[in-house]
Amino acid sequence: MKEVKKQGGLNAEIQSRIGHQLRAMYDDVVRQGVPDRFAELIRKLDGPEAAAAAVAGGDTDKNNGGD
Amino acid sequence: MPLTNELRDDILASVPSLRAFAISLSGNGDRADDLVQETLLRAIANIDSFQPGSNLPAWLFTILRNLFRSDYRKRRREVEDAEGNYAKTLKSQPSQTAHLEFEEFRAALEKLPQDQREALILVGASGFSYEDAAAICGCAVGTIKSRVNRARSKLSALLYVDSAEDFGPDNTVRAVIGGNGG
Repeated sequence: MKEVKKQGGLNAEIQSRIGHQLRAMYDDVVRQGVPDRFAELIRKLDGPEAAAAAVAGGDTDKNNGGD
Repeated sequence: MPLTNELRDDILASVPSLRAFAISLSGNGDRADDLVQETLLRAIANIDSFQPGSNLPAWLFTILRNLFRSDYRKRRREVEDAEGNYAKTLKSQPSQTAHLEFEEFRAALEKLPQDQREALILVGASGFSYEDAAAICGCAVGTIKSRVNRARSKLSALLYVDSAEDFGPDNTVRAVIGGNGG
């Protein structure tokens, strides 16, 4: 039983390292904030219909018949 | 509910973590941003089905996860692309050693089965409760817990088998315990 306990200690050390690396990787992206393209996209969409049209069209840069 | 300005702001506020989730899932920055864009479009297209007062991030994560799943089935992952692309999404280049360690970690994460990877990310990085993660993945809370546990032990086996020697002469004991205990 002592060995099992020891293994638990080792695991705790490793698990905290894994947790740390996982969050470091994730937070690195989170810290980049909101890229302009997404801020613009959400501002641009009037409502569900516009979004549905964009989904169907597959490409949000195409405004149904061009500019 | 209608697309109010407040709701727009709330959706925007979720974008950074949606991107982080998408990149962790796909291992590819460009594809991740396509996934996020598609998620935002679908969310707004279906905004009427969002229950006011319910968990908006969880709702958005569910959409993204389902999109990734259906996309994944279609084209599998372009693993060879992932290597350089992920590094490109990093604003600041970490030091060489940190970078290697980071690449190693990312590669190990990629080796996990998809179920386990997403459960680990949702709970361990996104900070969702087991309950929210279960709702996002459409499974039982106990299933999420066991996926997270399996993901963690697989990662430690992949990453720290060698360095575990640093901690002392317990490897044989651990191997025996591991072998008997399953």
